[in-house]
Amino acid sequence: MKNSVMSWTWFHKLGSPKWFYGISARLLPWLAVAAALLIGIGVVWGLAFAPPDYQQGNSFRIIYIHVPAAMLAQSCYVMMAVAGVVGLVWKMKIADVALQCAAPIGAWMTALALATGAIWGKPTWGSWWVWDARLTSMLILLFLYFGLIALGQAISNRESAAKACAVLATVGVINIPIIKYSVEWWNTLHQGATFTLTEKPAMPAEMWLPLLLTALGFYCFFGAVLLARMRLEVLKREARSSWVREQLVQHLGQEGAR
Amino acid sequence: MSFASFGDFLAMGHHGLYVWSAYGLCLAVLAINVAGPLLARRRYLQEEARRLRREKGK
Repeated sequence: MKNSVMSWTWFHKLGSPKWFYGISARLLPWLAVAAALLIGIGVVWGLAFAPPDYQQGNSFRIIYIHVPAAMLAQSCYVMMAVAGVVGLVWKMKIADVALQCAAPIGAWMTALALATGAIWGKPTWGSWWVWDARLTSMLILLFLYFGLIALGQAISNRESAAKACAVLATVGVINIPIIKYSVEWWNTLHQGATFTLTEKPAMPAEMWLPLLLTALGFYCFFGAVLLARMRLEVLKREARSSWVREQLVQHLGQEGAR
Repeated sequence: MSFASFGDFLAMGHHGLYVWSAYGLCLAVLAINVAGPLLARRRYLQEEARRLRREKGK
């Protein structure tokens, strides 16, 4: 019985902004270093050392940034939907902070996936853009992100904004399986998934290993940037509490010493 | 190494423009995402420092 009680303490601690501020400070540098290393090694490997594709030549090298950006764009939205549910059910303040701070990063990643996809599409399909299911559902994802950002800023009451965004994030998550299975449900130019949990990738290891590295690197990057944004948001929202004042004096002391 | 020379590497077999513009765009987006929160944090701390000094002066 004691164990089951123990295992939930982290969840309750998450509700404490002060605890979050402390733990995120320790996590952030590791995530940042991991992101730099993974993306750096993956990109150099993918650009210079991976063999060219037998059909697409060297244009396929865009995969090493296109796929991680697209994966992250979708994972970020799922995370926001989870944060939305947590915020609605347990009224946890940090959930809304996570949701608000993740939205711009998700929007950037979706835009990056669409842009790199267009650049890849031109030499491969002969067109920058086609109105096919995968591309259209990704475009809808981008508009969902824009909607969330606009909604969060338009409602001045913090609690109402949090509730509205949580509902939109939760409802919008229906788009994620549509994106994922769009290449199977509809005729499309877009190729299928590179990584699946059940099958081996249909490319040689020296082609997909760099992709694995950049994909993991993008997730670490997301973690680091999200924590950095959330830490600032927590400082602002909790500005009146005594621990934030102490933190501020400490930070300002460090800035002044420089 | 999958390329014979550095020139080959830059050319990417006629796909150089596509590959490098995609990677350039990616670098720009990542840089914006890193710089944004860092600059915002600095601005906020500077504002707070100014506010604290004002309050002390009173």
